[in-house]
Amino acid sequence: MRITVNGEVRDLSALDPDMPLLWALRDVVGLTGTKYGCGVAQCGACTVHVDGVATRACQTPLSSVGNGQVITIEGLNTPVARAVQDAWTTLAVAQCGYCQSGQIMSAVALLSENKRPSDADIDAAMTGNLCRCATYNRVRAAIHQAARSLA
Amino acid sequence: MIPLNPQTLRPSRRSLLTGALIGGVFVLGFQPKAQAQAPGGTALNPFQAYLRIAPDGRVTVISAHFDMGQGIYHGLATLAAEELSVPLSQVSVEGGASNPRAYGNLTAGGAFQFTGGSSGIPSSWERYRRAGATAREMLRSAAAAAWNVPVSEVLAENGQLTAGSRRAGYGDMIAAAARLPVPSNVALKPASQWTLIGKTPPERIDSRDKTNGSQNYTLDMRLPGMLIAVVAHPPRFGATVQSFDAAKARAVRGVVDVVQIPRGVAVVADTTWAAIKGREALTVTWNEARAEKRGSADLRKAYLEAAERAGAPAANRGDADAALGRAARLIEATYEFPYLAHAAIEPLGAVVRRARDGTIEIWGGHQMPDIYQTIASQIAGVTPDQIKMHVMKSGGGFGRRAVLDGDVVAEAVSVAKAINWRAPVKLTWTREDDMTGGRYRPMYVHKMRVGLDAQGRISGWHQRIVGQSIMSNTPFEGFAVRNGVDATSVEGASDTPYQIADLRVEVTNTSVGVPVLWWRAVGHTHTAYAVETMIDEIASATGKDPVQLRRELLAENARERAVLDLAADKAGWTTEPAPGRFRGVAVHQSFKTYVALVVEISMSGQDVRVERVVAAVDCGIAINPDNVVAQIEGGIGFGLGAILGEELTLTDGVVDQKNYDSYTPLRIDRMPKVEVHILPSTASPTGVGEPGTPPIGPALANAVAKATGRRVRLLPFAKGMTS
Repeated sequence: MRITVNGEVRDLSALDPDMPLLWALRDVVGLTGTKYGCGVAQCGACTVHVDGVATRACQTPLSSVGNGQVITIEGLNTPVARAVQDAWTTLAVAQCGYCQSGQIMSAVALLSENKRPSDADIDAAMTGNLCRCATYNRVRAAIHQAARSLA
Repeated sequence: MIPLNPQTLRPSRRSLLTGALIGGVFVLGFQPKAQAQAPGGTALNPFQAYLRIAPDGRVTVISAHFDMGQGIYHGLATLAAEELSVPLSQVSVEGGASNPRAYGNLTAGGAFQFTGGSSGIPSSWERYRRAGATAREMLRSAAAAAWNVPVSEVLAENGQLTAGSRRAGYGDMIAAAARLPVPSNVALKPASQWTLIGKTPPERIDSRDKTNGSQNYTLDMRLPGMLIAVVAHPPRFGATVQSFDAAKARAVRGVVDVVQIPRGVAVVADTTWAAIKGREALTVTWNEARAEKRGSADLRKAYLEAAERAGAPAANRGDADAALGRAARLIEATYEFPYLAHAAIEPLGAVVRRARDGTIEIWGGHQMPDIYQTIASQIAGVTPDQIKMHVMKSGGGFGRRAVLDGDVVAEAVSVAKAINWRAPVKLTWTREDDMTGGRYRPMYVHKMRVGLDAQGRISGWHQRIVGQSIMSNTPFEGFAVRNGVDATSVEGASDTPYQIADLRVEVTNTSVGVPVLWWRAVGHTHTAYAVETMIDEIASATGKDPVQLRRELLAENARERAVLDLAADKAGWTTEPAPGRFRGVAVHQSFKTYVALVVEISMSGQDVRVERVVAAVDCGIAINPDNVVAQIEGGIGFGLGAILGEELTLTDGVVDQKNYDSYTPLRIDRMPKVEVHILPSTASPTGVGEPGTPPIGPALANAVAKATGRRVRLLPFAKGMTS
């Protein structure tokens, strides 16, 4: 079983094919920017991109990844991603920061599809990403700011 | 529970446990018997306790406080950098531990280290500015000696030392400076010279790491050879392991060992997934002879019955019974508050490693590192100084990581010991462990009777509070619970600022086997709701404007009045809201920070939508104004989620909610617009981590009453709006 993470092919044949991508990334590949929050796709802290689509790694068995290109927070390097991360830092979105990898992965996926998201679009794309510090207003503002900077 | 003798926690022989009541929350009072040094430990060499400067000039501030997201690292960096005169971009922060003289919390006498009660800033305001200033003076003296010029000619600015044409970076002089005698009574900059305090720098110092995935939390720790442990805990609180069958668990690929520890059975594996699968395959028989088997409905019934009987007096002004007896009319109300989970997004965990020489390292979100070190040493059978505590930033906390029995640290050390220390161990609680593992905001019932005389003035206020004490059954009970009153059960009610001549507050602390704990703003989370909605109810009953009534009852409380006026003004309180919009107001002081909120809502059937919140806050000097805004925003969102939909219930003693599907914090689609206005102040700074949370519930409830006439007294709203 080989999967491609951030452009690198990883041989994970030794692992249980049922193992969620989350634990393979964190415990085996060593990419801990993708977080564990709930294990049941309710909090979004584990969000990664598989072929550009925001995906909850905790509910993605390794066997289902196939030839999909997995991108984690550590592998982000598109102009959209840079705009999002810059907006996140200038607006000081993060408090504890633990959910923010997932928030950013969801935001980048949103802005890659929708260059000028409305507040309703943001609600629809980001409601699956829980932030217990309730940084939501800054998440929203940062998405709008990133959209403006990319325009 | 680990037997813990408060005597063994004494950090020095000179300290004396006094039980002083501190700010209504941390009732643990260690007070130094002899004050041999100025406040803040100024006789300490700052380079041995608070600051490191690298040869390249990078400054590392060592934090006495644990950062769970509230931004205390940024705050302490600001204080030290202000006096040291270095740009914040050159500063990073790491957690300190095991030095109570340097890191003891000064709001509780200074003799042991903890974070809580929004005390990080009050404890650090003098200490970290003084550390920076003392370091700056030592650097100037070192430069003066090296250059053979008077100290007065050496300037320390922007990380550089200069005298005429001579110039050196701080890093060039640090070796000499650190060996100099430590000056005392170094002058601090006057406010007029501040360039960092009160300003908003371009970004919080940890924003970048928290945006690119590089910030390491406890659960991200990876050590060579490390194993992961997941523990099977009893399904009912108070149960213990009777027996277990590990055969199927051991057969799971990746499982290395299965061991019993005092709190359950640990499955130890090479990956987290294997440990989780191993636990699923484990069979444990629990001894439930002493387990709590009551459910929420049983507890509710018992609490409502208890509220009919007198409790221990927590406040007694005038004669409430007589005043109520002569009142023209009575308002009676019973409020019910559920258990609440902290549900921090990073589940609990800790990492333990023992070196060949027997010394032990423990990584974790150590909110009370000295206590955890003591507990760990007792389990490991070593002396505390053989244990090195690494205080990690954590993914939220909200009070859950300050536990007097050191729960996850104790578990992690127990597991490492049970496998004979053969590998480093990372203990991971799953979300389900975290949600069902206890330590909740206690369930409470308030029964209130308020009298009004013929002119509509308050004639007697009687409030009975029923619920579990947080401090009872801890090593600190003897000091923290006085005459049957745990201040954390009644704070915000027994000390209400409202001028009510005849007032009695009573408390009955119940005995329930569900472990409880402080939860962001502690007692204020329920007392503010009861008091502030009752004040609103009095205003309605007497036809008074809710802001005006509060102003009258706060005639001698200028700070409450000032935030109330500011919030009312900014919200346009005296103007009519748009059609379909309704407003509510609340003001509450907690941890010496004053917050007033005006909430504007719309209703769609019974569904409440919070459209806008205007906040005014007086926290004294706002050291990092943008972080004050962030904490008030977050405190409001955290409180709003609880008020709208959070509730932890039990059926026959088993917790019903296991994950975020049934325990439902606020999500982005319910977050209102929030405007935060900071009252300009020259008063000493107070904390902002908690005080944003208490007023949101009552302000919202008061708006709902305005819109619908319904007084919601059963929480959360998901229940109270339909019952």
